[in-house]
Amino acid sequence: MTPRRESRFRLPPAWAPYVFISPFLVLFAVFGVFPLFFSLYLAFQAWEPTSGLQAMHFVGLDNFRFALQDEWFWKSLKNTLWLAVASGVPQHLVAIPLAAFIHHSVRHLRDGVVGAYFLPYITSTVAIAILFSSLFSTDFGLINLGLNAVFGIGNIDWLNQPQFIKPAIALIIFWRYLGFNLVLYLAAMQTIPKDLYEAARIDGAGWLPQFLYITLPSLKPMIFFGVTLSVIGGLQIFEEPFILTGGRGGSDQSGMTSAVYLYRMAFDFNDFGGASAMSWILFGVVVVLTWLTNRAFKPKGADA
Amino acid sequence: MNGTASTRPSTRWAAYAIVGTGALVMLAPFWFMFVFATHSRTEIFHLPPPVFFGNDFLANLQILTTRLPFWRNLGWSVYVALASTALTLLFCSMGGYAFAMLEFRFKKALFTLVMATMLLPSFMNMIPSFMIMDALGWIDEHRALYIPGAASAFGIFLMRQFCSTAVPRDLIEAARIDGCGEFGIYWRVVLPLLKPALGTLGLITFIASWNNFMGPLIVMRSVENYTLPLALRSLQSPVNTEWGALMAGSAIATIPLLVLFAVTSRQLIAGLTSGAVK
Repeated sequence: MTPRRESRFRLPPAWAPYVFISPFLVLFAVFGVFPLFFSLYLAFQAWEPTSGLQAMHFVGLDNFRFALQDEWFWKSLKNTLWLAVASGVPQHLVAIPLAAFIHHSVRHLRDGVVGAYFLPYITSTVAIAILFSSLFSTDFGLINLGLNAVFGIGNIDWLNQPQFIKPAIALIIFWRYLGFNLVLYLAAMQTIPKDLYEAARIDGAGWLPQFLYITLPSLKPMIFFGVTLSVIGGLQIFEEPFILTGGRGGSDQSGMTSAVYLYRMAFDFNDFGGASAMSWILFGVVVVLTWLTNRAFKPKGADA
Repeated sequence: MNGTASTRPSTRWAAYAIVGTGALVMLAPFWFMFVFATHSRTEIFHLPPPVFFGNDFLANLQILTTRLPFWRNLGWSVYVALASTALTLLFCSMGGYAFAMLEFRFKKALFTLVMATMLLPSFMNMIPSFMIMDALGWIDEHRALYIPGAASAFGIFLMRQFCSTAVPRDLIEAARIDGCGEFGIYWRVVLPLLKPALGTLGLITFIASWNNFMGPLIVMRSVENYTLPLALRSLQSPVNTEWGALMAGSAIATIPLLVLFAVTSRQLIAGLTSGAVK
């Protein structure tokens, strides 16, 4: 191999790392780090984008005070927490036994089966939300038809009645993320030593004790990790409620999550300062809840 | 054989039945998306609703293309996803290589900072990124969609991780001694070794861009410039939504993902859960 283009240009080795890192770094600084500082600055300003940058002025903690006194802010926060729990907890309650079934008993078509559960995770949320808004429709939606056939329940107005919109959103999110959690738990189960089950079987332990005393305890670190991801993800729910409620939060704002409200504050009500303040309050909520999850689920003796 | 707890045939069958039924339930919404795409609105909202394909796909497509510049929207989706993938692969492989194999100032601190932003909720960026795009004059421009995404923290993570296991340091030293320039080392030695990771990151980036909704929602203004998710959403209205057409559009937006998934599901699933499962 003869070295080519020797004479023309040679990157000095000392510069090389900086040259390689800088394209990423420039974008990261402009679109990743700067926005954070900017949004922190904005949180203390009163500003409407229509009146130009010079109209911005310092208002101290007013935006934060306003947010904390804002009825809709609390309502959206409550909706978000409700959704995070109602969509998050069942994901794990179903994914863990399901992973156990697949791990222990399914040999044939295993990739196909796991793929079927995982598929919703990679498809367009918008397409899915549009599809579900037809499935949830009151008179002819398949979900009501199914409920009618099985339980004889009358037609539920899922998307227009305050008490039903949240369960509808939670169901979509559950469906979307179940497979992701399933894959996490399957991977964790691969690492449980088979001798443990072997020994348990020799001692005459059935499948339930094996599940309770071997599988579950071994899964603890993954449960901690998976639940943390669900909490962080659950607090950011945006697209499903946005599409299902036509971007307005639904009747009585009962489908309005914090992220949807943030969007409305900024882009419907033109209050960028207020929206920035709210985003920082929400960020605080995410940090605190992540920390609490950490304390509640962290396996003993584990670090980080 | 990784046979463990339940090898009795009865338990086996019960497990297959439960897992299989669940899988069918998971897939059912996709089935109805494709079925509804071939029926008119009146047929969809008819009792009983259709459960098998009808003949109205072309009619739905007709409605779709009169209500929307649908093929243009599809074209923009492809363009943005490809541009985003190319840029992300280039920048993240260069950056990941530098983080893994080269020495520079503040490397550790910088890497920690990059990783920390992975945990940042997406709504934190919503407002300031609109303002930056506005300041740059990128509102309603497609580069506002593919350029910021190229600074992917996940991409850096993946590339650095893979680089430090797949690229032997001796090989780089040897290339250097042989007189290979620094850029040549990256292009001719490192990049070919990174191929599997590039494939994974490429798939993930393409899919994320294809499905991206919040980004275009904030910066795109005119229907002619919309990508598919935004265009489809704009067809939804409180009354008289053309469900058949909307389902046809959703189905077309979903098909490329199904094809990608069918071909690469193993690699894709491993990549998407790689932050968790190491």
